[in-house]
Amino acid sequence: MTKRILIVDDEPNIVVSLEFLMKREGFDVAVAADGEAALKSVEEKRPDLVLLDIMLPKKNGFEVCQTIRANPEWQSVKIVMLTAKGRDTEVAKGTALGADAYMTKPFSTKDLIAQVRQMLDAA
Amino acid sequence: MLQGWVIASISFAYLGVLFAIAYFGDKRADAGRSIIANPTIYALSLAVYCTTWTFYGSVGRAASTGIGFLPIYLGPTLMAGLWWFVMLKIIRISKANRITSIADFVSSRYGKSQLLGGLVTIIAVVGIIPYISLQLKAISNSFTILLHYPEIVMPARAEALPLLQDSALYIALILAAFTILFGTRHLDATERHEGMVAAIAFESIVKLIAFIAVGAFVTFGIYNGFGDIFDRAEAVPKLKALMTVSDTGASYGSWWSLTFLSMLSIMFLPRQFQISVVENVNERHLTRAIWLFPLYLLLINIFVLPIAVGGLLHFPDGSVDADTFVLTLPMAERQEALALLVYIGGLSAGTGMVIVETIALSTMVCNDLVMPVLLRWKALRLQEEHDLSGLLLSIRRWAIAVILLLGYVYFRAAGEAYALVGIGLISFAAVAQFAPAIIGGIYWKGGTRRGAMAGLTAGFAVWTYTLLLPSFAKSGWLSLDFISEGLFGIGLLKPQQLFGLSGLGEIPHSLFWSMLANIGCYVAFSLHRRPDVVEASQGTLFVDAFRNTESAAGSRFWRGSAQVHDLLPLIGRFLGPERARDAFLAYARRRGLASIDALEANADLVHFAETLLAGAIGGASARVMVASVVKEEPLGIDEVMNILDEASQVRAYSKQLEQKSRELEAATAGLRAANERLKELDRMKDDFMSTVTHELRTPLTSIRAFSEILFEDPKTDLTDRRKFLAIIVKETERLTRLINQVLDMAKIESGNAEWHTADVGLREIIEESIAATSSLFADKQVALDMALAGEVPMVRADRDRLIQVMLNLLSNAVKFCKEGAGRVTVRLGVDGSTVRVDVADNGPGISEADQHTIFEKFRQVGDTMTAKPQGTGLGLPISRQIIEHFGGRLWVKSGTGQGATFSFSLPMNREANEHHEERKAK
Amino acid sequence: MMKRSIVTGQRLVAAFLLGCVLFNYPLIALFNKPGEVFGIPLLYFYLFGAWALLIGLMVWAIERRKE
Repeated sequence: MTKRILIVDDEPNIVVSLEFLMKREGFDVAVAADGEAALKSVEEKRPDLVLLDIMLPKKNGFEVCQTIRANPEWQSVKIVMLTAKGRDTEVAKGTALGADAYMTKPFSTKDLIAQVRQMLDAA
Repeated sequence: MLQGWVIASISFAYLGVLFAIAYFGDKRADAGRSIIANPTIYALSLAVYCTTWTFYGSVGRAASTGIGFLPIYLGPTLMAGLWWFVMLKIIRISKANRITSIADFVSSRYGKSQLLGGLVTIIAVVGIIPYISLQLKAISNSFTILLHYPEIVMPARAEALPLLQDSALYIALILAAFTILFGTRHLDATERHEGMVAAIAFESIVKLIAFIAVGAFVTFGIYNGFGDIFDRAEAVPKLKALMTVSDTGASYGSWWSLTFLSMLSIMFLPRQFQISVVENVNERHLTRAIWLFPLYLLLINIFVLPIAVGGLLHFPDGSVDADTFVLTLPMAERQEALALLVYIGGLSAGTGMVIVETIALSTMVCNDLVMPVLLRWKALRLQEEHDLSGLLLSIRRWAIAVILLLGYVYFRAAGEAYALVGIGLISFAAVAQFAPAIIGGIYWKGGTRRGAMAGLTAGFAVWTYTLLLPSFAKSGWLSLDFISEGLFGIGLLKPQQLFGLSGLGEIPHSLFWSMLANIGCYVAFSLHRRPDVVEASQGTLFVDAFRNTESAAGSRFWRGSAQVHDLLPLIGRFLGPERARDAFLAYARRRGLASIDALEANADLVHFAETLLAGAIGGASARVMVASVVKEEPLGIDEVMNILDEASQVRAYSKQLEQKSRELEAATAGLRAANERLKELDRMKDDFMSTVTHELRTPLTSIRAFSEILFEDPKTDLTDRRKFLAIIVKETERLTRLINQVLDMAKIESGNAEWHTADVGLREIIEESIAATSSLFADKQVALDMALAGEVPMVRADRDRLIQVMLNLLSNAVKFCKEGAGRVTVRLGVDGSTVRVDVADNGPGISEADQHTIFEKFRQVGDTMTAKPQGTGLGLPISRQIIEHFGGRLWVKSGTGQGATFSFSLPMNREANEHHEERKAK
Repeated sequence: MMKRSIVTGQRLVAAFLLGCVLFNYPLIALFNKPGEVFGIPLLYFYLFGAWALLIGLMVWAIERRKE
């Protein structure tokens, strides 16, 4: 079954690049530009993995992560946090909130794809 | 003629006046307008010290020992010098602990011991009875003598008179009735009797006037002044001897010990304690009393020796008792009115003493002797009585009556053996026994209950043996052998020459041995065992009285609590329900509560109840009663010690701390401010760093991603390729812009920027900027209006920089306009000596709070987390720096929902303009 | 509450000590002789004089206190 990936970022250009990448790898892609839209998308159709930016309008990435993890139905959803902020505190916070992985921008496309594959294959 | 009924009615009239004054005084006290709140009245009331002993007895003593009558008054004068410390401390302690009598004081200090209170009461009663009998004797004698006016007849010996003909008995009964009416009309929680104090002060004045009157009469009326009297005395050898003191050790010893004795008596006679401590209204009154009271004593003693000498000269055959000279001299000179005045003076002196002393004693008997016994006597089931106030009052009344009758009994039994003064000194020696326990109690925390009990018992026993019993023996009630041979015939136990100490007068001898026994046992027994919990806490309270500022210290030692509805009825049983209710209500009001029910059940309330009750039944009994209501966990001595230690440590440190902390505060205030600023800067730097990092990394992400994509797959779709490359280009531009701006800002701020200043025309700059941003306007469909004045003077500035500013303002205006409905207006004009440009938009406006923020670096309107910032946050700060660099101002006018108008003004360049004008004119 | 002016207290204690000396053996013996001052016996004069002086000192100590 085709895996579904939700891309959440408010920078349109980044969304474009991620979308292209994921589609090229054969995944189904959904897109959201802010936190609330992201949660709505998760509700509508549950993704297998979420690429989650932190700096989002309306609800930030941490809040989204927390909400997803709080819902027992969505335990299987993998969360990869993507952000330009690379401080240790941010990483710790992300992991504490339940993110499965954390990647800093700018990321290497190779690394990102490898990470995604690994997480989805493991599932 | 001075017939019996005349004298009697005058006496009653005088008593009536006293009663009226007392009544008036009490009434005013109840109304809250005390008439005794006056230091002079306080000082005068202390003169209750002068009784008929002073009035009649001094002259009697002077007639036999000359100047030897004086030490009794020198002692109080000396003691007054110490009052500033000692008396003040006692008053303060007593107020704080609601002490109502001397027995209460001692019992309270030594662990609220009922036993000790009882012992003190017994000593006081036994010791004072002779003194009371002295007053009865003096009053009845003066009455009898006056009765025989103008003949001078000495009263018959009291024993000889049949009981019912003895005027002294009637006097005792009348005085008892009077005192009962005077002092036991109601139960006061503070044991204050303001009316009584007023009456006593009045009596002091009467005494003084009467005595001075007769003194002046004798000195200047009968004789021709002091010189005359003493000259005549010189002639008579016996009288001459009176002018000096006998030069013997015994005489000096006697002088010294009488002085010492009177120093103690002025403090510890029950009536003195009552008047000076319990009845004290205000501590400050003490200061005037310190000198006014000795002055009174001086005045009332000036004429003693002249009267004595005058009397001896007048009645040389010794048929007239010297104690009566004060009265008999005016009588001998047929001065009827003066004699009557003297009689009244003596009556004053006697009644004053009796009233105050018996009231004080009856209070002690009731609170410290009878009530503790009754309360323990289960059979009486007093615990269940609802109103004990009536019982308390009757106990006191009976006590007054019994004490006076005992005084009469002593008078009949032993009164004749001594002159008046001799009897008085016996009482002095008795109350001196209180000195070690009390003085030790207020200065030595180590004094314990056992010590006090031992000391008091020993001292009292010695006193009884060396003074009281001999007085009975000398009156014939005991065999005189016991004096001359000693107890059981043992020579060493001779009561007036104990262990062979001879050569001392009776009083000094007794004083020596009793003090030795008293102090010795007090110290020895106190040191034998450590004070227990309550003793230690009371000890600290008393000794540190000057350091404790609140009496709430006492409440710390109650750990339990009780509800108001348990405490109120308990208090009501003793004070009467009404008064209890009033007291609690006043307490609640003081705490800002509206009603009694709002009172919290805590240790403070319990402490308040205890002190209130102490006023009625004494401290020791109060504690017992309250403890029965309170569910209290007893405090262990360790805990109490900790509390006490804490308290004393805290006090010791607090002063140092206060000073240090003040210095610290000043320093830390400065440091804190600096720290705040640093943190702010740090935070801003962090924000800046993370924002810049974020801003830098975001475009980089796209650039990298697309670059990698294109690199991975050369066969990517052409349209995609073009799209991606365009994005790469745009993002690169964005990145460059950001880096440029950051560098720009840094350069301007550090002063390293390059400025190309020249004369510039703003109109042209504006037009160019508008052209540059036309695409922005078109994209968002924002309308643009221009209102540019025609001839605008030139300004000196950097052209490119001004364009930068205009671009910033215009792009901001567009950014914040609503899509399709936006409208931007640009104005150019002259404003005073400046050229001004306005850029107005009709966007959401900027709130007052944000108007300051937007000019700060990296600050943008809106939370950075939820509303994605659309710029770098550096545009406005840079613009402002630029404008200010050229001497101008950049500001904003706006309100939420009212759009925003950004304006800047630059100073006109006059010279250039004139030049320009000239050139144009050409 | 009365401010405890220690100085005043000390002055009064000094008066007390002075009194103890004035009214005791050595000094009294000194004046314990026959003789008259203004018609008043020496000892009598001395005692009342010293007494008045002492009271005067106490008045001075108290009135001079800083309230």
